Amino acid sequence: METVLSYLHQHIDIIYIVVLSVFLGIEVIGRVPSVLHTPLMSGANAIHGVVIIGAIIVMGRVETGNYVALIIGFLAVVLGTLNVVGGFVVTDRMLEMFKKKK
Amino acid sequence: MEINLLTLCYLIGSVTFIIGLKMLSHPESARKGNLVAAAGMGISIFGTIFLYEENGEKLHNYGWIFAALVIGTIVGTLAAKRVKMTSMPELVSLFNGMGGACAALISVIEFKHITAAAHTDAATPYATYLSIFAGLVIGSISFAGSMIAWGKLNGRVKDFSFKGQQVFNMVLFAGIILLSAYLIFGLTPENQFLFYLVLLGALVYGVLFVLPIGGADMPVVISLLNSFTGVAAACAGFLYNNQVMLTGGILVGAAGTLLTILMCKAMNRSLLNVLIGSFGGGATGTQQAVTGNYKEISLSDAAVCMSYAHKVMIVPGYGLAVAQAQHVCHELEKLLEEKGVEVSYAIHPVAGRMPGHMNVLLAEADVNYDKLMEMEQANDEFKSTDVVLILGANDVVNPAAKTDPASPIYGMPILEVEQAKTVIVNKRSMKPGYAGIENALFFQPKTSMLFGDAKAALQKLVAEIKSL
Repeated sequence: METVLSYLHQHIDIIYIVVLSVFLGIEVIGRVPSVLHTPLMSGANAIHGVVIIGAIIVMGRVETGNYVALIIGFLAVVLGTLNVVGGFVVTDRMLEMFKKKK
Repeated sequence: MEINLLTLCYLIGSVTFIIGLKMLSHPESARKGNLVAAAGMGISIFGTIFLYEENGEKLHNYGWIFAALVIGTIVGTLAAKRVKMTSMPELVSLFNGMGGACAALISVIEFKHITAAAHTDAATPYATYLSIFAGLVIGSISFAGSMIAWGKLNGRVKDFSFKGQQVFNMVLFAGIILLSAYLIFGLTPENQFLFYLVLLGALVYGVLFVLPIGGADMPVVISLLNSFTGVAAACAGFLYNNQVMLTGGILVGAAGTLLTILMCKAMNRSLLNVLIGSFGGGATGTQQAVTGNYKEISLSDAAVCMSYAHKVMIVPGYGLAVAQAQHVCHELEKLLEEKGVEVSYAIHPVAGRMPGHMNVLLAEADVNYDKLMEMEQANDEFKSTDVVLILGANDVVNPAAKTDPASPIYGMPILEVEQAKTVIVNKRSMKPGYAGIENALFFQPKTSMLFGDAKAALQKLVAEIKSL
């Protein structure tokens, strides 16, 4: 119990971020029309590609010569980039079509 | 100084994600919103590469990092540019899996890193292990599940379930949690290898979790896995105390969960029902037998019928998308309008393979936004409609959803096309739709069938109407 409380205390800023982000996430897309569900899902998909930052940090910390870690990290960065770049490009392509009809 | 600058980059990143998501939920600002979020992502990524430091030390291995970025960018852009609009759901699922795999791999490296240093460093806090294991488990489930969803959508993986699968899944999941908890609190150099057992277990669980879920429910599953990956990204954010990963991950986790629930609502089912009831993969119960005679309509009759109608509603389904017939469909619409016929489209929320998928496809063919009617609006219009033309849609117009409690789609809101005066159904054959059930609509006296590939049939129909 003691450890849990002290952990909460030490990381209270992070916990605030999490709690507020949950509400924000729900609020922000609350009134989305169903026409936009697919682009929204795709856009959100690109945003969680932010995990690539973790992959970059991991990779940048690996000591030169530790090839196993380097290769796994390399793979992680490639996959993360795919998620980010592919996600944003595909979303843009979908939304471009909505724009044309005006 | 530089590390402070990085904090600012992350703040900008977090704010752009929020603004981006907000703008994405409005039709006029959606495209800009996507670009805003992408710009924020770029700032965060390059900020990390050049400004990140730990104990005064910068990142190394720049060569590797940039090589990976370049490869990922080229492959990702090509895949996204080349994909056909009909295969969009597969691609989103695939990209989602990549994100999940990325999160899982981060956990693997961090785990190796920590256990290698464990002899010298002070004890690692439980919270760090918790983040590592959560990222590993959620990321792996998301990766394996998305791969299966991808395979199912493009038809490479078939529905599969065995007796007691739900029980097996639950036991497996409980096992993963227990083993993780055991390792978090009692990790020793001897039981380290069990970490990989958790990884394996999570991968297997991801596969088994998605395998029995029927094709019609796949959008819900992808959306759910999307929010899983968000949470996995947030776990990695915990690990590095990284605000932008936290906000990005949690935002997507929360928004994705809400979106999943909205999709379930559109099908009038609970999330639990989607996940446990294996829809379409072999419906149980005795459904009302659907038999009778259907009648065919000739192209010229269909052409006459539509040209002299006052109001025509087009109900597009996945069959239209598969046949790439959205452009011909638009042509038909323009032709009929010239003849003074009022034409509009009735779009079911889950038409196509993803919510809103059909709108994207029709937008691709330059169909005017105002002509697309959502389900409730369309259902009011059907009463005054002369001809409903159903193009490759099936389950979303199946009256069994309203009348047959034994039907697996019972309770799903449908487009009530039988209220119109005449219904013309274009299908390739009498084969049942994606949910694998017969459709009584086709045997009703006011319904006539126009068999053939949607594109070919529409082209002939257009030619026929022109020659009238």
